[in-house]
Amino acid sequence: MTELTIALTKGRILEETLPLLAAADLYPLEDIEKSRKLTFESNQPGVRFVVLRGVDVTTYVEFGAADIGVSGKDMLLEHGGNGIYEPLDLGIARCQLMTAGIKGRETPKGRIKVATKFVNVAKKYYAEKAQQVDIIKLYGAMELAPIIGLADEIVDIVDTGNTLRANGLEPREHIADISSRLIVNKASMKMKHAAISSIIEKVASAVALRDK
Amino acid sequence: MNYEDRWLLPEGVDEILPESANNIELSRRKLIDLYRNWGYELVIPPMIEYTDSLLIGLGKDIDLLTFRLTDQLSGRMLGVRADITPQIARMDAHSFKREGVSRLCYSGHVLHTKPKTALATRSPIQVGVEIFGSSTLGSDIEVVSLLLESLQLLQMPELNIDLGHVAIYRAIVKACGISELDEAHFFELLQKKAVTEINSWVTANIEDPQHQQWLMALPNLAGGEEVFAKARRLFGGQFVEIEAALAELEQIAKVVKQRFSLVNLYFDLSEVRGYHYHTGIVFAAFAKGFGDAIARGGRYDDIGKVFGRARPAIGFTIDLTTVYQMMQLTDCSDIAVWAPYSEDPQQWQFVQRLRAEGRKVVTALDENDRPDSSCQDSIVFENNQYQVKTTR
Repeated sequence: MTELTIALTKGRILEETLPLLAAADLYPLEDIEKSRKLTFESNQPGVRFVVLRGVDVTTYVEFGAADIGVSGKDMLLEHGGNGIYEPLDLGIARCQLMTAGIKGRETPKGRIKVATKFVNVAKKYYAEKAQQVDIIKLYGAMELAPIIGLADEIVDIVDTGNTLRANGLEPREHIADISSRLIVNKASMKMKHAAISSIIEKVASAVALRDK
Repeated sequence: MNYEDRWLLPEGVDEILPESANNIELSRRKLIDLYRNWGYELVIPPMIEYTDSLLIGLGKDIDLLTFRLTDQLSGRMLGVRADITPQIARMDAHSFKREGVSRLCYSGHVLHTKPKTALATRSPIQVGVEIFGSSTLGSDIEVVSLLLESLQLLQMPELNIDLGHVAIYRAIVKACGISELDEAHFFELLQKKAVTEINSWVTANIEDPQHQQWLMALPNLAGGEEVFAKARRLFGGQFVEIEAALAELEQIAKVVKQRFSLVNLYFDLSEVRGYHYHTGIVFAAFAKGFGDAIARGGRYDDIGKVFGRARPAIGFTIDLTTVYQMMQLTDCSDIAVWAPYSEDPQQWQFVQRLRAEGRKVVTALDENDRPDSSCQDSIVFENNQYQVKTTR
């Protein structure tokens, strides 16, 4: 029996992940949403789930504490993806990583301030645009930063754009398309290949069936 | 720096306390003895060298990993070694000038400016071997076998080996006419098996449908021995290099499995990790419970060229600081004999005799000195002679 730990991302991604796993005959034995527990046994012997914040899933998988994970591409881009395979796009929780600023206001010339929780992504993006920026790390409510004058632009994920508009902001440049990925620790893939590839294949066909 | 944190070591730099230190040293000795039994000669390369020779021909990865300092004597730049392999290659090319095959082994610290992976220390202890002057299949097999033998000696609970070959990736990239700049990007995506990004990159940058198919299939060329058939179907014998690489891998797998029946072999034909200096097979060893490789190796036939003498070369490096964490630790706290304070030459001779027999003897430093808990026996003077008595 191969022991596997699967790290799931809390919240909206979890809701959309569970049906895909269930289609691959893999489900938690109790209702994750209704429990305060952090680990859950699954219907398959030796396989368990842990439920984490999105930003922690990549860390758990990189260290091999979890063999498999479900993580947003935004988290993977920010993390850098070292030691991690991302062999399957689950096509869920789709959104975009974008820059945004106050509607109609021109971004000042020269060095600007950018507020974001995606520090690495923002650094790389502006460097590729050959623009020098000061990055301000925030943990939430990015939209507030330009309004208060803390930053000139923000880098954040944009779904419908309603939050931006409601706060007088406009989406500007597209950085990346985001969706959730099935990720695997590199060492686990090599040591537990049979078990892991069987899960990937089953989930892949569940994804294909849904997209038909 | 506050008074309270003056004792802190730099991040990623370890000190190793007695129990672990004993285990690491014991493992190191066992490995060096093993390599000696296989005919490998021990060499001790220097900690620092001119960066001109330390870094030449190795690519950017190791460049950024290397600590540098200025040589006060010559004004030239020195580097603290971040990898011992290139040093051994330089020694083979310049210091030995042998014509036949050289088998060399080494052990020592290296320093990294930043941890190579999230799990790594910045001052690992490496132990490894290299064969120079042979490009035969036999040398591939010997080195992989010796790595497995090493892991067995270290009592790793499982033997997991990942085998690949750089020729497959190189042949495909060349056939598809991917430029150097694009190749670096594609390489990065491939190392992550980021299927979505690979597919969209290929669709956007490659026109030929056959080339598209090859490139998109690369991340999936991994798994058990079925990958050979898969690769042959995919490339249909169109590349001599790929055929040769597949045959080589299959042959290595066959012999290694005969020799080590418990080995768990995994093949990845698209993963080409390392410092871009590999030219043939590449391999890595993994241990249960650790999320990264514990040993890496491969063939690198061109590295000596920069030192004026290209010689075929293959070898591996075991990260001992990682491996010992996976080992069942041997209890090295052997029982000591306590010798009370004495200036009697006869007691001295008795103590020396015990030590020569391999017993650990701790002598008192003055009359008031008392044995610690590791001393279960004491030397006593009874019936006109010195003898060892159990005191607890």
